[in-house]
Amino acid sequence: MREPAGLEFSGVGRAFAVAGRHRQVLTGIDLTVAPGEVIALLGPSGCGKSTLLRLAAGLDAPSAGTVSVDGRPVRGIEPRCAVVFQEPRLLPWRTLFRNVAYGLPRGVTGEPARQEVEHWLRVVGLDAFAQHRPRQLSGGMAQRAALARALARRPGVLLLDEPFAALDALTRLRMQDLLAEVQREAGTTVLLVTHDADEALHLADRIVLLGSGSDAGSGPGSGSGSDDPEAGSVVRLVLPIPGARPRDRGDTTLAELRASLLSELGVNVHGRIQA
Amino acid sequence: MSLTEERTATAAPQKSAPSRVGLRAIGVVLPLLLLGVWQLLATAGVYSPAQLPPPAEVASAFGDLVARGELWHHIAISTQRVLIGFAAGAALGLALGGLVGLSRTANAALSPTVQAIRAVPSLAWVPLLLLWLGVGETPKIVLVAIGAFFPVYTTVSAALSHVDPHLTEVGRAYGRSGLPLVATILFPAATPAILSGLRLGLAQGWLFLVAAELIASSMGLGFLLIDSQNTGRTDVMLLAIVLLAALGKLTDTFLGFAETRLQTARR
Repeated sequence: MREPAGLEFSGVGRAFAVAGRHRQVLTGIDLTVAPGEVIALLGPSGCGKSTLLRLAAGLDAPSAGTVSVDGRPVRGIEPRCAVVFQEPRLLPWRTLFRNVAYGLPRGVTGEPARQEVEHWLRVVGLDAFAQHRPRQLSGGMAQRAALARALARRPGVLLLDEPFAALDALTRLRMQDLLAEVQREAGTTVLLVTHDADEALHLADRIVLLGSGSDAGSGPGSGSGSDDPEAGSVVRLVLPIPGARPRDRGDTTLAELRASLLSELGVNVHGRIQA
Repeated sequence: MSLTEERTATAAPQKSAPSRVGLRAIGVVLPLLLLGVWQLLATAGVYSPAQLPPPAEVASAFGDLVARGELWHHIAISTQRVLIGFAAGAALGLALGGLVGLSRTANAALSPTVQAIRAVPSLAWVPLLLLWLGVGETPKIVLVAIGAFFPVYTTVSAALSHVDPHLTEVGRAYGRSGLPLVATILFPAATPAILSGLRLGLAQGWLFLVAAELIASSMGLGFLLIDSQNTGRTDVMLLAIVLLAALGKLTDTFLGFAETRLQTARR
């Protein structure tokens, strides 16, 4: 297993040109993730959470600033990162075994490769389905296979792009526990994009809230950034979560944090809007 | 028969074996019915025997040609032309279709021209090919290759350029680019479409073969057709048509069989 890697965003911005118009998605993102840390990226939809994750994977390049893994800047596809997408995206023509093998680093072949694939299939509880095709699996199983494929890449940083969003509520809870377990075993750094405050509170060491620079809760003009909605998202809040993982889902301090997080996201809690 | 087989296999995978055999048997009913109508029309005096000889006469023409050893020769030469021409045309279609499907630059540069050439009717090539390549085997094989090329080219380029971008992104995220990306994502994703393109190409190869043999040849099933017209042998003419249908179906069945096997392997 590769050692967990640190991940650093410094002054990262990303702008797209949509139909000839300039659209700033991210501005001045500074964030340092320690090796082995689990970070949840939370924010309203369209705020650039996934864009930030794609920058770390090297699937996209920043327009400003640098992204680095263990101090080395990311250029092109980053071999120390592995991505799990919102959809399983398994290759339908391959068996589960060969789908997981697709994640293996280059040069791992033969018997070691077979053992490694079997190991990860066992970890996600799919060893009995090695010869099945993706279309024979349920959504939860397919996403578990996608997780095994990512782990087979032996990533220093595991990048998860809303991986459980499309699953039913019960399967989602099971997947969260599985992820916590796998993270403990493998020790990888995890960057988890989610829109689920509970998921973030359950799994993360720190929650990073992305959003527009002007503070939505306290009216115009009072935020740290500009009022321009085209200015792009910034890191609005970094919230360390107390207590060691895995956390009790019914914890009362978590319930309070949840309320303040939701109000940050603009959800009315207890009938009032908090700043 | 392969089309029926395929449909049975894909549409009703749950069906038990006997009903599958039953469905396959339905495919034989229509040809037998047509044979009956043919016999009826020929014997009822609707057409003269010179216009429409009864099936028995066609069968005896078949016997004669076999006895004289001519028939195998015609069949063999036609099949050989189709197979060589199809192999060449399909290979070129795969290569050029692959290039156009994978590269936007190649697509922009090549596809308008290729589409214009595609619009040329098959027979329009014949005089030019005869002028350039003489009357030997080459012009016929080239014409078959032209026929096989276009369906393969079109389906391959379309299939490769329409691969699910999500899967392509998986390939990139897991460190594949260039040739490994083509080999592990793009080509496997496009395989079903490519196979049906090959079947279309083979069918069109047979069409173009007859066009070539009708005009300039001394052997082959197309020659048999035009020769029987000149000598007033309607029975031989019908025999040639039946043989073309049977051979086209037979070669298509081989490709269809490969296609079905591949699909069950991937299922």
